[in-house]
Amino acid sequence: MIQIQNVSHVIGKSPILTGITTRIPRHGITALIGPNGAGKSTLLNLIARLTPLQSGQITVDDVDVSTAPTQELALKIAVVAQQLGVSSRLRVRDLVAFGRWPHHRGRPAQRDEDAVDQAIAAFDLQALQYRFLDELSGGQQQRAFVAMGVVQDTDWVLLDEPLNNLDMYHAKELTAGLHAMSRPGTERSRSIVMVVHEINYVAAWADHIVALKDGALVFSGPPDQVLTEPILSDLFGMPIRVVSIDGKPVILHHM
Amino acid sequence: MPDRRLLLLAGLLLAACSFFLFWGLKGPVGFILELRVVKLAALLLVGAAIGVSTMIFQTVTGNRILTPAIMGFDALFLLIQTLLVIVLGGSAYIGLLGPAKFLIETAIMMVAAMALFSVLMGRGRTDLHRMILAGVIFGVLFRSLTAFFQRILDPSEFSVVQGAMFASFNSVDTAQLALAGVVCLAAFTAIRPLIRALDVVGLGRKSAIGLGLPYDRMVLGLLALVAALVSVSTALVGPITFLGLLVAALAHSMMRTHRHALLLPAAAMISALILVSGQAIFERVLRMQSTLSVIVEFAGGMLFLYLVLRGRVR
Amino acid sequence: MRFSYLLTFVALLVLSLISAAIGAATLDLGTLGSDPEALRLMLASRLPRTFAALLTGASMAVAGVIMQLLVRNRFVEPGTTGTTEAAMLGLLAVTLAAPAMPLILKMSVSALAALVGMGGFLILIRKLPPSQPLLVPLIGLIYSGIIGAGTTFIAYQWDMMQYLGVWMSGEFSGVLAGRYELLWLAGLMTVIAYIAADQFTIAGLGRNASISLGLKYRQVMALGLVTVSMVTALVVVTVGMVPFVGLVVPNIVARMMGDNLRASLPVVAGMGAGMVLACDVLGRLVRFPYEIPAGTIFGVFGAVVFLWLLLARPARA
Ligand SMILES: Nc1ncnc2c1ncn2[C@@H]1O[C@H](COP(=O)(O)OP(=O)(O)OP(=O)(O)O)[C@@H](O)[C@H]1O
Ligand SMILES: [Mg+2]
Repeated sequence: MIQIQNVSHVIGKSPILTGITTRIPRHGITALIGPNGAGKSTLLNLIARLTPLQSGQITVDDVDVSTAPTQELALKIAVVAQQLGVSSRLRVRDLVAFGRWPHHRGRPAQRDEDAVDQAIAAFDLQALQYRFLDELSGGQQQRAFVAMGVVQDTDWVLLDEPLNNLDMYHAKELTAGLHAMSRPGTERSRSIVMVVHEINYVAAWADHIVALKDGALVFSGPPDQVLTEPILSDLFGMPIRVVSIDGKPVILHHM
Repeated sequence: MPDRRLLLLAGLLLAACSFFLFWGLKGPVGFILELRVVKLAALLLVGAAIGVSTMIFQTVTGNRILTPAIMGFDALFLLIQTLLVIVLGGSAYIGLLGPAKFLIETAIMMVAAMALFSVLMGRGRTDLHRMILAGVIFGVLFRSLTAFFQRILDPSEFSVVQGAMFASFNSVDTAQLALAGVVCLAAFTAIRPLIRALDVVGLGRKSAIGLGLPYDRMVLGLLALVAALVSVSTALVGPITFLGLLVAALAHSMMRTHRHALLLPAAAMISALILVSGQAIFERVLRMQSTLSVIVEFAGGMLFLYLVLRGRVR
Repeated sequence: MRFSYLLTFVALLVLSLISAAIGAATLDLGTLGSDPEALRLMLASRLPRTFAALLTGASMAVAGVIMQLLVRNRFVEPGTTGTTEAAMLGLLAVTLAAPAMPLILKMSVSALAALVGMGGFLILIRKLPPSQPLLVPLIGLIYSGIIGAGTTFIAYQWDMMQYLGVWMSGEFSGVLAGRYELLWLAGLMTVIAYIAADQFTIAGLGRNASISLGLKYRQVMALGLVTVSMVTALVVVTVGMVPFVGLVVPNIVARMMGDNLRASLPVVAGMGAGMVLACDVLGRLVRFPYEIPAGTIFGVFGAVVFLWLLLARPARA
């Protein structure tokens, strides 16, 4: 479980997050939603210790992220950040393999290779694995980075807009894949926290939702309580209809 | 009625010139005055050439950062000189009559500059930073090539031509000066009727063509004139990288106009003013020798950095 | 991969043999065993010169690739970021202030200055938008120019211009046994860089990815910067600057085999060593019996390759 207690963040003089307190449950997919600039990436980066914590406390399975050694955290949390932009020329397979680095720190063993093979297969990257990253499309790069995060084999995987650049097929495959690996009771069950803008993916796959607006927590809870017309309309500041198809909520926001 | 700012500049320049000529004048007055007049003439000529050529160059390339010197035009001139020495042999080079030599060098320089520029603009028109960086590296290449070919020369031959090739403010050749004056004058005369068209060129290629200007031909012609002016200043005093940049920036911020009828004279006078007053202060007051160009490099470099970092690159 | 290692190795070996054989006095490699004079020449001059060129090339190329990964830009190297100029400024200052200081201490001061110079550059480019990769080397070149102007000014005032000339043009003709051994330190830095190859590759993915993988990002950054400034200072102090090695070699190698340093670093080092040695050999042959500095030849070659990299393909940095 991730506990976020009274976390605030300022950049310069402007407040970015104000007094966030919430919990993110172990297992399943937690979706961070909210309009652009709400502070989703900031919160995710704070949890992942990519941004140093200014006030409040964040613990991941009772480990305080601001004091725990970064190497130890690398075995607990994997992050796929929002802006990837790589300038180095690496092959896809090399990149994914670096996800195993926290485990072997320079001396890969057979099980590291096996894990890389699996991840490459799982994210449909076999055909691309010996290509250079800078010669791939945006969506292909995105999948390689997600594979790198997953191969790190951590309890928690944090993803910032992983569906960016993906086509319908791969967006659905990726979400379904993450969903499958986050089921409690499976052999290696992980907890996924991801920022998603595609609200219907949230409706279809998320187990828990945290909604932010203007740096404040608006709501957190299970999808059927959050994905209602009044909450969503208020959150995004526009009229939104929620209908039900086959018993699942479908959000109509584009018309 | 001339612009008041131009009059002010002219006044300042006049004051600087008299200061340069008459301050601390003692001993054999006639002789020293003659030396100073020659030097002053060189400073004025070089100032005007650098100011005008940079201004035109920036209008043509549509940016406020690149200058002929930063792009290595003056290094190109030195390279051409070196190559001539290699092709002709040292003694033949020295033996070439002054005017012929200088005119040949200038002619080759004009052709080379146009070729270089066509390459650069062809590739980089859409990407200003790439063009600037490539220009800077071309400059490095010319300097390296010059160093390389100078090493290829026999050391004895090299020392013979070195004097003829490397000029500085402290060793101005009178014959050279007269010739440079003529070339400069010819270039300015050629530019005069184009001043209004230059304002249109400043709008960019598409607009200029839309307004009926034979843009591409015009640009090549202007570049040839720029190359001639760079030849003049480099032949007289050697390379000064950042002066043009400094001058163009000052001229723009002082005149706040796109009209070249004002910009060009302003640039010429500001440039001459910096050189004359700077040299006067260094020579007469601080009594340091030929460090002026280093200071100009330093100040100009700072300005360049400031311009780039503040995103003043159009 | 095996093949590229083998090719590098063979090329280096051949070049080294040529380098050992040619020079102002001809030397027949076959008579080394019987002729003590030839052996003395070999040990005192030819071998040191060959080693110096190899070490310079290898360490400059490695410094370049490290810098490119840490700055995350393809177009930087010590010579385009003010590092070299700062090293010269430091060396000039310490030579003026304490001419009698032992070389190793002067080198340390110079390395410190290089570190400060590079730090200044990193601060300058911190605020640049990542969408404009070519702005980084542009600013670096101007920044170098400014430091260089300051250095020239000081050298001019204190009549040290010829020192500056020596430091600026990499030349191996003066290398003798006993006068180049500091360069082995640069070789050592290269080995250390190889040990930390994975760390540098990860750092090249950016701060976020590094922290996420549990890398001590600041430490790796610091190690990289110290390596680069040490190598720069060592080369400036012993043989003088060879421009563009750190830029050209990593770019060529990255095009061929990518940036995974664990695999590519040996090739980067080997190619750097080979190219600098080749330039030195060429410099000895072109105008025999006079010599052209390797730095001058590499300046021409490097500028041409840089231009090609710049104009022949869209920027990706
Ligand atoms: N470096 C920065 N300096 C100043 N303000 C910043 C900085 N980074 C982020 N912000 C501001 O912080 C706020 C939250 O940004 P954040 O990136 O967390 O938003 P987000 O919810 O992830 O938005 P998006 O959906 O667009 O990714 C925004 O208003 C943004 O402008
Ligand atoms: Mg975001």
